[in-house]
Amino acid sequence: MLSLEVLTMAGRVALDIGRPLEAVAIGSQGAGAAGILSSYGVSTLHVADDPRLAEYAPVAWAHAIAELADQVNAEIVIGTASDRGGEVMAHVGARMQVPLAANCTEIAPGDPFIVIRQRWGGSLLEEAHIKARVKLLTLAPHALTAEASPSRTDVTTRAFTPALDDRDFRVRLVPQVEADTGKISLAQARVVVGGGRGVGSAEGFASLEELADLLGGAVGCSRAVTSLGWRPHSDQVDQTGTRIAPDLYIACGISGAIQHMVGCRAAKHILAINTDPAAPIVAQADYAVIGDVQKVLTAVNAEIKRVKAGAPSRTPA
Amino acid sequence: MNVLVGIKRVPATAGQITLTPDGQEIDTRYLGFTVSPHEECAVEEAVRLIEKHGGSSTVLTLGPEAAIDQLREAMALGIERAMLLETDGREWDPVATAAAMVEAIEAERAAGRTYDVVMFGNESADSAGYQVGVRVADALDLPCVTGIKALEVTNGHATVRRQTESGWEVADVPLPAVLTVKEGINLPRYPSLPGRLKAKKKEIERSTPQWQDGGLEKIRLKLPVQVGHTVEILGKDGDPGVQVVELFQRLRLL
Ligand SMILES: Cc1cc2nc3c(=O)[nH]c(=O)nc-3n(C[C@H](O)[C@H](O)[C@H](O)COP(=O)(O)OP(=O)(O)OC[C@H]3O[C@@H](n4cnc5c(N)ncnc54)[C@H](O)[C@@H]3O)c2cc1C
Ligand SMILES: Nc1ncnc2c1ncn2[C@@H]1O[C@H](COP(=O)(O)O)[C@@H](O)[C@H]1O
Repeated sequence: MLSLEVLTMAGRVALDIGRPLEAVAIGSQGAGAAGILSSYGVSTLHVADDPRLAEYAPVAWAHAIAELADQVNAEIVIGTASDRGGEVMAHVGARMQVPLAANCTEIAPGDPFIVIRQRWGGSLLEEAHIKARVKLLTLAPHALTAEASPSRTDVTTRAFTPALDDRDFRVRLVPQVEADTGKISLAQARVVVGGGRGVGSAEGFASLEELADLLGGAVGCSRAVTSLGWRPHSDQVDQTGTRIAPDLYIACGISGAIQHMVGCRAAKHILAINTDPAAPIVAQADYAVIGDVQKVLTAVNAEIKRVKAGAPSRTPA
Repeated sequence: MNVLVGIKRVPATAGQITLTPDGQEIDTRYLGFTVSPHEECAVEEAVRLIEKHGGSSTVLTLGPEAAIDQLREAMALGIERAMLLETDGREWDPVATAAAMVEAIEAERAAGRTYDVVMFGNESADSAGYQVGVRVADALDLPCVTGIKALEVTNGHATVRRQTESGWEVADVPLPAVLTVKEGINLPRYPSLPGRLKAKKKEIERSTPQWQDGGLEKIRLKLPVQVGHTVEILGKDGDPGVQVVELFQRLRLL
């Protein structure tokens, strides 16, 4: 869970409150990170020493962190808001009986201790006060740009042995390797063609599939479409499904609900195809075609095939 | 087996969020209410567990009286019992929410009702604290797996799977356990008309827990700054196919 963004933020906060920045490494990763930590101002790296921690066991990892936090009298504990980071920090909060502010984007230590945190996937921000002896928070991804500190520190590496019992290992998560399907994944595709309720039917996605094939991209969809059973949930682009970051997102017959936009706002460009010029997606897109999705895609797919076949461009003068 | 599901009433936001003038709430004058998609799936999963293994399902919410609507929606899908922990509408933070739920579950136990599976959403749609399930599990000393996308129950054990960036993770946990669910675990059914009618007549069990300060205090809400932004309309005059393909070429996608 080494996150340079977290190190950057933690370094700033430590400077602010005049306390050293210390890091903890658990599991098989982390321990070799002293080199990187040195350029982010870390003074001490605590390495949890228990072979049972090599594999992911959320409660055990959390109890190790909680114990260390007490040992070193931590004022603030910052984790990353990844799936594992968020899960471990929630357990840390439960064990230490202190609140946890999840998905923070800004931290202003002091009295009161102020954070800005994301709600609704970042469509809404909350200013909150954390009132506790130890402040726990997770940092939202992309809240800031990672930046090494100008001077390197000498990192002291120190092993500690947390007092863990077997019950802390009741839940272990074992990775399961999946066969590679060879399909371009939504999260990695350069172009995503997304379809919403406006596509009209499951069959209506044929033209989106064709466009994705022609561009070497992947097909995605809105929640309305998965709820209707037109596409599997694995295609869903949004807050609860996959978040995408393609060069171009083509949103076909999608209204642009905030939860959907959370999933595609990292796209470099958005092209909306919608019959309704007042649809929220149109205002948030870089390019839009106002028209029926099937008609527009028929014309687009035909033109791509013409151009690919080497026909001269039909650009009007 | 017995299953308990925690659901939270939240505004059904659409294209844009508007705040009340004091910045304390989402302006819900023109909005409906619903629950998080994760919780809809948790309800569906609970109904399926009972259909398969027999037993009873209960849905629980902490919220204002109006949250009865969300409890009835769950009952319309096949949940048997519903409990409302009634609040005055103030926001409860995750620590306080979990504490009230633990108290309710312990009161149930004292009355002879125990749960094999306690389900929550991975995160609530509105405040997204990512922790109520974990805190409840910790307080009740139950094993907990968050963010599950597949569940198989056999002989007092649950085998769960969840998705990671690079594939899947599996865990096997003894029951009773707390499981937090992610959308995609199933495709929730639509309520039937008889289901709705039956749910309407059912009794809601109520209690009124004492508000507490959990230590995370909402001061105000604000909308993120929108960067000014213009949209170029393509195909206004001429063939949209040609103009869109030109765009693809400009973006070096063709
Ligand atoms: C708590 C909560 C959480 C939610 N979470 C998510 C989430 O994670 N992800 C998500 O996607 N949604 C989520 N939603 C649902 C979301 O708010 C929207 O309802 C959903 O995204 C709408 O999908 P849509 O754009 O496909 O459909 P609609 O909103 O129905 O939009 C259809 C669009 O298609 C256009 N159209 C119609 N016919 C045509 C045509 N022939 N050609 C071109 N355009 C056409 C219409 O003008 C319209 O803009 C959530 C909702 C709630 C309340
Ligand atoms: N007020 C509430 N009433 C019932 N369940 C809740 C409430 N708040 C949170 N939950 C449950 O806990 C999950 C996680 O919430 P949170 O920790 O706020 O993200 C939600 O998906 C719900 O299942």
